[in-house]
Amino acid sequence: MPATSTPPAFPYTEQDLARFRETQQLAYGCAEQVAAWIEPGVTERQATAKLRRCLVRAGVQDFFHVPFAWFGDRTAFRHFHTPLQFFAGNRKLQEGMPYVLDCAPVVDGYTADIGYGGKVGDNPVWDRLAQDLKVYRELILREVRARRPLNEVYAAVDAQIAAHGYDNRHRVYPGRVIGHQVTRTTARGPAGVNLFGFGVRTLQTLGRELISERLHGRSPLWADGRASRHAPTPGLWAVEPHIGFREVGIKFEELLVVTEDDAYWLDDDLPHVRRWTHTQEATA
Amino acid sequence: MTGAHGGIRRRTVHSHGLPLAVYEQGDPAHPTVVLVHGYPDTHAVWDDVAADLAADHHVVRYDVRGAGASGVPAGRHEYRLELLGADLLAVADAVSPDHPVHVVAHDWGSVQSWEAVTTPGARQRIASYTTMSGPCLDHMGHWIRHRLRRPTPRHLRQLLVQGLHSWYITAFHLPVLAPATWRLWLARAWPRVLRDLEAVRPRPGHPQATLKQDAVRGIELYRANMRPTIRRPRERHTDVPVQLITLRRDHYVSDFLSDGLERWAPKLTRRSLDATHWSALLEKGATVAGMVRDFTTRIAAGHEHAPPDSGELVVVTGGGSGIGRATALAFAEQGARVVVCDRDLESAERTAELCMLTGSAAHAYRVDVSDGAAVDAFAATVAAEHGVPDVVVNNAGIGHSGTFLQTTEKEWQRVLDVNLWGVIHGCRAFGTLMVERGTGGHIVNLASAAAYLPSKVLAAYATSKAAVYMLSDCLRAELAPHRIGVSTICPGIIDTNITRTSTFSGLTADEQAAKQAKVSKLYARRGFPPEKVAAQIVRAVRTGKPVVPVTIESKAARLLGRLSPALLRRAAQLNAG
Repeated sequence: MPATSTPPAFPYTEQDLARFRETQQLAYGCAEQVAAWIEPGVTERQATAKLRRCLVRAGVQDFFHVPFAWFGDRTAFRHFHTPLQFFAGNRKLQEGMPYVLDCAPVVDGYTADIGYGGKVGDNPVWDRLAQDLKVYRELILREVRARRPLNEVYAAVDAQIAAHGYDNRHRVYPGRVIGHQVTRTTARGPAGVNLFGFGVRTLQTLGRELISERLHGRSPLWADGRASRHAPTPGLWAVEPHIGFREVGIKFEELLVVTEDDAYWLDDDLPHVRRWTHTQEATA
Repeated sequence: MTGAHGGIRRRTVHSHGLPLAVYEQGDPAHPTVVLVHGYPDTHAVWDDVAADLAADHHVVRYDVRGAGASGVPAGRHEYRLELLGADLLAVADAVSPDHPVHVVAHDWGSVQSWEAVTTPGARQRIASYTTMSGPCLDHMGHWIRHRLRRPTPRHLRQLLVQGLHSWYITAFHLPVLAPATWRLWLARAWPRVLRDLEAVRPRPGHPQATLKQDAVRGIELYRANMRPTIRRPRERHTDVPVQLITLRRDHYVSDFLSDGLERWAPKLTRRSLDATHWSALLEKGATVAGMVRDFTTRIAAGHEHAPPDSGELVVVTGGGSGIGRATALAFAEQGARVVVCDRDLESAERTAELCMLTGSAAHAYRVDVSDGAAVDAFAATVAAEHGVPDVVVNNAGIGHSGTFLQTTEKEWQRVLDVNLWGVIHGCRAFGTLMVERGTGGHIVNLASAAAYLPSKVLAAYATSKAAVYMLSDCLRAELAPHRIGVSTICPGIIDTNITRTSTFSGLTADEQAAKQAKVSKLYARRGFPPEKVAAQIVRAVRTGKPVVPVTIESKAARLLGRLSPALLRRAAQLNAG
């Protein structure tokens, strides 16, 4: 294994961060529009099509990966055997079902990658999971700020999941990743073309980074293996803790800013954070 | 024809030219319940259930064609399911022409009632259906087909087990021999069969005087219907609310036969009863009547499902994590009330909270099982606040690794205190309560594959678990007359936090943490979730299975220990653990 070299400098300016924040707001905005429209009877494919149209109308030129939508027990990735099952299918939304929307629009090379969990009707299990998700957002930030190696942060999240009595569902993602690095894509491939669900430009960028980071003993993918045994690399990380209980799964995904000596969530004005604030105010 | 006999009114209904003997009791203004008996019974098998239900229901029973006082069909073709189903609807029309009836059926009565219930438009005539020990033959045909098409080991095992349980069906197809057996011996021996195999106490009037002829004629039910229907199953759906009561000690119908029943009957409520095929009606009539009453009341109130509450009380020690938490949840999901205890109250409370999310009642207590007085106090509290438990799972345990000479006296003490004394305290405190109550129950003790798999590095742990294994064997023998079952669970390598809290002899704190992490990772890679162990525990309780090795390694070790103990002795020298 190559020796870990000194971490790179934080590569973004305030303007860059503002553009990233804008793209993330745009993505969450579209997810909320789809969430307001969604109702029993809608299929996953219809939901992703709507999400895509909404994003393109808002000025999105390319996708880091194609939009995803999971309904019912698919939110917890139950009975997933092949990666093909991630793609939207004909599952119809029913009363009481949870759903997850996941999209990753690119505007001028600024990438966002978001996850939005919702439900239609009444679902007490979902309510509980949605509330508990807050713990993970705080835990991850705390651990990254302490500059713990990424695989240890992953293990801390796992321990919290076990304490809650939930299932780690992000381990179903390719590479078991809880997160991945996001950069400003500068690749030249055709925009809007995807391979296995990932944009061609994404694959180019990701491939290049996988190699260059590997040479420095780091990985742009954040998992629990040896490759993640390094302090958080300065830059932007899309973090997506995904937890499940029985037939219900929920996640958030948002950008975490890691500087040379600190870390913070790129934006706090997001639907799930607002939901926690509301419940906190309601119970206070 | 109407007559009165001990509050029972008798009349005759004609269906397809055949007279059926119908018996009514209770106020006809009340909701009507039709009880359909099985083979080789008559309406008399329902005596207890009917007497109980008559208080607030119009109870109707009839002898099915060929049985008791009803007419005898001319030939085999007149025993076809279509006619049997039509009989039920004819009786329903006669006794309750204006309102749909609630149907309750057992054994063959259930098979033929499924025919009526899955007839298109049945909802107009049948308000609800409670079924015991009698699947729809078409559903069963599809069940078999599905398993033959996907012959996974599990499916093959299910086919084999149900096939073995159905031996008598094949026997009934044998010409001459089957009727001769009934005529020459079985009819006379039937009370003894019921007593010895079915836990039914003999009493006057049971079995009915007409048993011999009923049994011989009823053989035609099998011959007319089994082969054609199972060979060419039809698609039989129903929108009638169905309550399935699984009899846990049924020797003839396996519980997994109802796997996927929701496909055919989406408004399905599952409940289970600790009874054999016949003791459900002849010994626990009042309980069955209670379940029926519960269901009909709910349907009348406009609900389509009964609450899943089985009323069962389950206690799980060490319920704050791992197998204990998964077990508590598994029982909760079946509607049981759950009491969990753990040394760590917070984690136990979290388990209770998760149980409540599944819609069950749950309570958490802080108990250190190695403290005998504390366990006694806990048992007393549970009995006072929640009642005597029906199931106790002695799950709390700790891991420890070290060779015999490395392990200090203190470490031995700690491992034995929790793993062995914890189980002893739990069995004694709750076993006493269960015996005093006298209605049976079940105790589950968590042993380990290490109970029969020696290893030089698991000296204390394996010793404690082997003791639990033997303790359970002795206790099982002692509690059998009290109808309290004892199951020993030997999980194997399960991905739980026992590895994260395991201790190791002769290591510094740092080395210990590194070892814990290493072993945890190994167990995580094995990836066998505690939920699967929990499912096996629930199954062991339902079926009364005495010893359950869970994972493949646990099963293999048990087998190997029998085939070649010397090999295991040699393997014990490996530094594994």
